Amino acid sequence: MNGLLILEDGSVYKGIGFGANATKVGELVFNTSMTGYQRMLTDPSYCGQILNLTYPLIGNYGISEVDYESDKIHAFGVVIRDLSIRPSNRMSVMTFSEWLEKMAIPAVHSVDTRDITMRIREHGSMKAIITTEDMTLADARKLMEETTLRDDYMKEVGCKEVTRFEGNGKKVAILDFGIKNGIIDRLRRRDCDITMYPYGTSAEEILSSNPDGIFLSNGPGDPSEAIEGVETVKELIGKKPIFGICMGHQILSMALGAQTYKLKFGHRGANHGVIDNALDKAFITSQNHSFAVDPVTVDQEHVEITHLNLNDGTVEGIKHRHLPLFSVQYHPEGSPGPNDNDYLFDQFIDLMGRK
Amino acid sequence: MPLRSDLKKVVMIGSGPIVIGQAAEFDYAGTQACRAIREEGIEAILINSNPATIMTDNQVADKVYLEPLTADALESLLERERPEGILAGFGGQTGLNLAMKLDEDGILEKYNVDLLGVNRESIKKAEDREEFRSLMYEIGEPVPASAICNSLAESEAFVEEAGYPVIIRPAYTLGGTGGGFAYNHDDLVDKVESGLEYSPVKQILLEKSVKGWKEIEFEVMRDRKDNCIIICGMENFDPVGVHTGDSIVVAPIQTLRDSEYQMLRDASIKIIRALKIEGGCNVQLALDPETSNYIVIEVNPRVSRSSALASKAAGYPIAKLAAKIALGYSLDELTNYVTQTTSACFEPTLDYCVVKFPKWPFDKFREAKRVLGTQMKATGEVMSISRTFESALLKAITSLEINLNSLSLPSIHEMTDSEVFAKIDEQDDERIFALTEALRRGIATIDTLNERTKIDKWFLGGLQYIIDMEHRLASETITPALLREAEEMGFVDEEICIVGNTTRDVLQDIRVYNDIYPVYKVVDTCGGEFEAKTPYYYSCFDQVDESVRSMNDKVLVVGSGPIRIGQGVEFDYCCVQGVIAIRELGYESIIINNNPETVSTDFDISDKLYFEPLHIDDVMNVIKKERPLGVILQFGGQTSLNLAEKLDARGIRILGTDRKSIDLAEDREKFNQLLKELDIPTPKGYTVTSKKEAFEVIKDLGYPVVVRPSYVIGGRGMQVVYSDDELLKYITEAVSLGTEHPILIDQYIVGKEIEIDAISDGEDILIPGVMEHVEKTGVHSGDSISVYPPHTLSNEVADVLIEYTRRISRALNTVGLVNVQYAYDGKNVFVIEVNPRASRTVPILSKVTGVPMVMLAVKAMLGTKLSESEYGVGLYKKQKYTAVKVPVFSAAKLTDVDVAVGPEMKSTGEVLGVGYTYEEAIYKGFLGSGMIIPTGGGLFVSLKEYEKNPHSVGIIAEYQKIGFKIYSSGGTGTWLTANGVESETISYDEARERIGDDIQILINVPKVVNKMTSKTFKLRRRAIERNLPVLTSMDTAEAFLIAIEKKQAGELPVSRTIAEYLS
Repeated sequence: MNGLLILEDGSVYKGIGFGANATKVGELVFNTSMTGYQRMLTDPSYCGQILNLTYPLIGNYGISEVDYESDKIHAFGVVIRDLSIRPSNRMSVMTFSEWLEKMAIPAVHSVDTRDITMRIREHGSMKAIITTEDMTLADARKLMEETTLRDDYMKEVGCKEVTRFEGNGKKVAILDFGIKNGIIDRLRRRDCDITMYPYGTSAEEILSSNPDGIFLSNGPGDPSEAIEGVETVKELIGKKPIFGICMGHQILSMALGAQTYKLKFGHRGANHGVIDNALDKAFITSQNHSFAVDPVTVDQEHVEITHLNLNDGTVEGIKHRHLPLFSVQYHPEGSPGPNDNDYLFDQFIDLMGRK
Repeated sequence: MPLRSDLKKVVMIGSGPIVIGQAAEFDYAGTQACRAIREEGIEAILINSNPATIMTDNQVADKVYLEPLTADALESLLERERPEGILAGFGGQTGLNLAMKLDEDGILEKYNVDLLGVNRESIKKAEDREEFRSLMYEIGEPVPASAICNSLAESEAFVEEAGYPVIIRPAYTLGGTGGGFAYNHDDLVDKVESGLEYSPVKQILLEKSVKGWKEIEFEVMRDRKDNCIIICGMENFDPVGVHTGDSIVVAPIQTLRDSEYQMLRDASIKIIRALKIEGGCNVQLALDPETSNYIVIEVNPRVSRSSALASKAAGYPIAKLAAKIALGYSLDELTNYVTQTTSACFEPTLDYCVVKFPKWPFDKFREAKRVLGTQMKATGEVMSISRTFESALLKAITSLEINLNSLSLPSIHEMTDSEVFAKIDEQDDERIFALTEALRRGIATIDTLNERTKIDKWFLGGLQYIIDMEHRLASETITPALLREAEEMGFVDEEICIVGNTTRDVLQDIRVYNDIYPVYKVVDTCGGEFEAKTPYYYSCFDQVDESVRSMNDKVLVVGSGPIRIGQGVEFDYCCVQGVIAIRELGYESIIINNNPETVSTDFDISDKLYFEPLHIDDVMNVIKKERPLGVILQFGGQTSLNLAEKLDARGIRILGTDRKSIDLAEDREKFNQLLKELDIPTPKGYTVTSKKEAFEVIKDLGYPVVVRPSYVIGGRGMQVVYSDDELLKYITEAVSLGTEHPILIDQYIVGKEIEIDAISDGEDILIPGVMEHVEKTGVHSGDSISVYPPHTLSNEVADVLIEYTRRISRALNTVGLVNVQYAYDGKNVFVIEVNPRASRTVPILSKVTGVPMVMLAVKAMLGTKLSESEYGVGLYKKQKYTAVKVPVFSAAKLTDVDVAVGPEMKSTGEVLGVGYTYEEAIYKGFLGSGMIIPTGGGLFVSLKEYEKNPHSVGIIAEYQKIGFKIYSSGGTGTWLTANGVESETISYDEARERIGDDIQILINVPKVVNKMTSKTFKLRRRAIERNLPVLTSMDTAEAFLIAIEKKQAGELPVSRTIAEYLS
């Protein structure tokens, strides 16, 4: 199967196609994690994006039945250097290629993924088309140009109705923008009694179940497209402890009056150092975001910037100076990535205990 | 927590001589640590006994003490220098042990010195098995059922419960020395005894074996704030059961799902936190592929071979950062050296695959058992980088310099199927070739091989890909697409030609037409996320090239590849000095090398580093890319010199001595002809290609003769032969070795051996110094004790040597370095060998004379005349002190190797003893070598006929005079009595029993070497196992007397810097 990737800047990568025989237009981004391709691709935050993996050898440990962050692949397409057709791991039930085919996702291998990464680094995340179909370059370019990228996939990937995960511990209400299983797992490990709401749910409805705390999930796209979420959170502030991750962090920040902006090519990987100012300690974090909170717009009188990215100094976490609200830009649940930041879930539990 | 402001002066302890298990990686680590110290404006004081290292050069530290790594020498240094801190985590086990001793003896307290980066508790907890185990229990990390045993009975009791197999590890040893697996009671008895013997604390760990589990390593760093990061995770191709130093290692980890990876990462971090290590640490774990259960194998609480590998694999200079941490910094305060803009507190991500392949000395030690186990046997290693595992693996094979560019080993081709399986089961150094052969023949599958060996199917799958490609090349027409695919997979042209039954020209056509050339990618720690400032490249057949050729004039230095016997760190020293010289002279310096342990492959040494095999194709690709004005081959030893002909044939300019001269020096017949013309004597010699010819030439030469194959390094296959029987045996063995080269038979000159290294500009030469060997001819120069300046040579003889060297240099038109070895029989000076390249002695002579030999050589190559330099021409002034090089053997590691010295080189490293007198220097040399110096007790002597001479009598009598009781073998006893020396005659068996009890020294010059069944072989081995001196040359025995007398007198040598001696 032919595999073709064309970037908005005009560059063309011809490789070998695999997975679905299909064509997709999306935002091309890269992730630098060396492990966890299955978890990455099933992370709803990748909805609308074509994922270029910098680690060249993909498929080594196959696909398992447990490494899902949601029930399907959300990424629109996958670009890799080298495809492993002989996976080896006791949990593997199929090959990477079989899985993509089953999940109807087009993919390309044998292209220079490092060059693609460097191009994104230089020009920023950009529109791209991936196809494994017989398509002329001109047709592909045309299709790409005609397609408008969407920034509002949280509207699609979040839950559509209230979902329950019962537990005996703290009652947590989740506002779902496209949550990862990893986060739910971390809360359930702490025996939380979880009710998950579509993010547009009214504050009134959420509060009616009298949760101990509110959790704002991760999700794809531009947080300003999820304005209903921001409005809801504004109403929840001061009433319940709130913890947000990734988009949840952006939504909370916006509800507290801050603004977000789009990074040139975002942060995607499992190796970024983040410093926790209060602890004066650094942690390795898993990240997946395009947008960041603009520190200039943070109301420093009420809101404290608690975490900073050690590489570029971007905001990685905030908390309210008086109210029990905090959030982080990165993913303390890892999935994939390090478990170093698991303590944040404990902080959330503590916060709910204190009320 | 920034830099500790109280630090003004810090001492760095080096790792001493190179031995198996502790090699060039500590030169790299220590050099980085010294630089890290100096960057902070702190004075760096270095102590190391190894003169071949880069770190002991005057540019690396502020002061260099080339002194023995003993507590006494350190105390002498501390007394003079009064530093605030000591860095001990960069000198391997040697450095750590020494620091522990200083601490225990209260010396650190006495001089108020802080141990930086490591503390005694961390070391103890990590290295004492019992403490480590209880710590693991405490923090809930799984360790295998195990027991600390101090006796066989205790061991038996443990096995009663845990069952076989068990693994035995002696406490506090290098490279797993003395350990092994036991599958039954016999094994147990054997291994427990040797383990107890090897452990300096007479303690062993018995452990339920997890043989066959995946072996995973993490390089972890931690700072004072408790920040922890993983620099690199590595997975061993060989599952648990093969020492990691003998395993093929792949980075990053390939076959773990994220959750498994994170589980092991968490465990590693938990462990370094519990140990409170500040700096680098290596954690080894085993994972059961069937259940994902894991256990912790062990921890190295310091930088190590693995951290050097991880540094090169990930582009993250662990030692440098570990040093900064030891000086007070925290990781978040430091910058990533590669990007220079982002933080050092992150985890490198690789966008390539790295393969490390060990280099074993079995080509030299043909008697040694090749089976791999818990005891490390490799002397060095190569690393390769590519975008796929298959390609990295094939590049690694090519880098090994074993005349192989593929996974097909001719000797295995010829095996029957059952022999192939037997080879696989044996688990030796050639197993990977047997595995591929089984796949090639289709007599096994990935699954059956996995069952048999427990090697992960993913790795076996990699071998299968390679075999599939072999089959395709053999059966399909070679199209551009196929050629590209084969190249991507790492196949070199020669192999494609052989397998695909085609010619280079055909390939060349396809290549040129379709532009199938490699591109170069950068190792940047971040997968391309950030811009990298480091010029660290590897080749791959991908699409876009990142290496940008500058407009500067460039010089390419070809490195020396993996460390092996005969070609050690001294050549890396020359390469690094060469690069520094090139930069200083205003040229852009480019280096190509493949050894991850060395300083030369540190990315901030040269302007550009190409981490590549030293195969002609790879070197040519770099040349094609960079178009340097010339290539320097003479620093990388025989490895690089061997490229001369091929590069010359391709029209590449070789800087320095040209190809013709190299060829002339190496071609015996042409060279002998030249010497004849120059009127310089040389041992008479012949080149023979048949048995008949050999016996013919003996009629002319007479015995003894020296025999050897042509074109060898380190005297491989060389032997002194005294009789027809011996000659016949040699010839049949040498021919059966399958050497394509003829055999050389030379007259054997008995006398002194002298070595000269000179710099030549084509007209003049400069001889910084002359070194005289203590041992007579017949002992390989690498294994001889050698002395600067010569202490017995007359000025007349010295003049002859200088004149001969000048004549030869001029006649050969050598430009750059040249090494000449001479023999002096009391009347005539003979030329034994000329090497138109750097030699083992260049770093020594550079240091002890203060003449920057490599710099002058580079200048000469680039056209500056010696007469313009401040060092002048001719023989450089003699220094007013003596330096003695003493070889160091890794005899304890290779249990089936003979320690008797001879024409074949056996030592792995060396130390230098420096003193104002010859005696002081000799004493320091022996102290530095780590040899125990007994001051009394028994001495057993047994000499071959040839050595039963008055000289020997005098030496034995002297031992007796200074208080040793002499024991002798029958023949030697009779001879001694006849010559007035009383001795007690005992049998070899009895001598063996009594070694270590009343017998403290063994003097044995055997008739037959390398024969494992001989009684004297066993005797020598026993003495080695008991860590007692084994002197196999009477000259060594004579020199050793000096050391004993010094020790008896209770002399404590003073430590001094090299600069002090020179001033």
